[in-house]
Amino acid sequence: MSKTIKLLGVVFIVLLIGAFSVPNNNVGESYKIGDIAEDFSLENIDGKMVSLSDYKKAKGFIITFTCNTCPYAVMYEDRIVELDKKYAPKGYPVIAIMPNNISKKPGDNLNAMKQRAESKGFTFPYLIDAKQEVYPKFGATKTPHVFVLNKTKSGFAVEYIGAIDDNYKDASAVNIKYVENAVDALIEGNEVIQKETRAIGCGIKA
Amino acid sequence: MNKLSVILFLIVSNLLIFSCANKNNKVVESVQVKDDNLEIYDFKEISKFLNNKDDKVYVVNFWATWCAPCVKELPYFEKVQAEYKDKNVEVLLISLDFPHQFESKLKPFIKNKGLKSKVIVLDDVDSNSWIPKVDKDWSGSIPATIIYSNNSRKFYEKSFTYDELEEELKNFLN
Repeated sequence: MSKTIKLLGVVFIVLLIGAFSVPNNNVGESYKIGDIAEDFSLENIDGKMVSLSDYKKAKGFIITFTCNTCPYAVMYEDRIVELDKKYAPKGYPVIAIMPNNISKKPGDNLNAMKQRAESKGFTFPYLIDAKQEVYPKFGATKTPHVFVLNKTKSGFAVEYIGAIDDNYKDASAVNIKYVENAVDALIEGNEVIQKETRAIGCGIKA
Repeated sequence: MNKLSVILFLIVSNLLIFSCANKNNKVVESVQVKDDNLEIYDFKEISKFLNNKDDKVYVVNFWATWCAPCVKELPYFEKVQAEYKDKNVEVLLISLDFPHQFESKLKPFIKNKGLKSKVIVLDDVDSNSWIPKVDKDWSGSIPATIIYSNNSRKFYEKSFTYDELEEELKNFLN
């Protein structure tokens, strides 16, 4: 049922955009490449609230929608930790957000998230989108789903949307590291070449 | 070779025994035999299943045993297969299960659920290249379904109830 409502919502939004096609109008629409991401305030596994604005020195972020219960997300956990270790010192830390409705996915509750983060040695915040208001703004549809943000004068702009790399099965067999390429380009002050990619993932449970 | 003959003999004899004993068991057993030859394809090979050109209506569902909403809606696809197979409808279940779970999860699942629809496996890691070829709007989440015929095609990145699925299918049958 909720999926139907979501779908109706999407239809409504599409109609709305059609009716008021004002450039850079993000109201009710999910982010596209180049859009400025709104700040959020979400609870971390340590009980504290986390916002983008807390990171005074950040040049950008690797926002990663992930969860405990999706096997694809689980296969990428080590690689997400590696991303943070590599890019947080360069100004692009990972912020992980768990978007699922925990009444549908009890294995993704805050306590389970905390345990998972501890056992995998997460070096970054693992936030819960408890009201499920943040992931629709990003337009995240599945886990894992990554959004690379880059600091601009007007805020944090979305510069990459998609997968972490091109081989979920085997990190050592990866040909293209999409997120790394994107962040490397931003660090160099270049334009991201591959701005959007797609991968199979678990649909976010609304 | 000798071992193979023994195994084949055992399977065949089992089949015969069960087919005599109980009709329902016969179906399950025959599915089990078929499962031993799980059809595994890369995207290039699988695209023919998405582009049949004949007079049938194809209902193609992307799923995996690890995907709870997929597993939940599988019975609806099975019901469509059962109720519409005589009306020129064919259901195809494309599994996105992980290779290391073909033996431990997928094969036992197909057997235990006694799936009647054809199950094939898509094993192709380069999803960024093939997801848009399935449908330009597919973000990559499952369940996802295509219903198509010779002159019509529709893609759904959503879960179905049986009524919703049947309603969509009926649009292709008129």
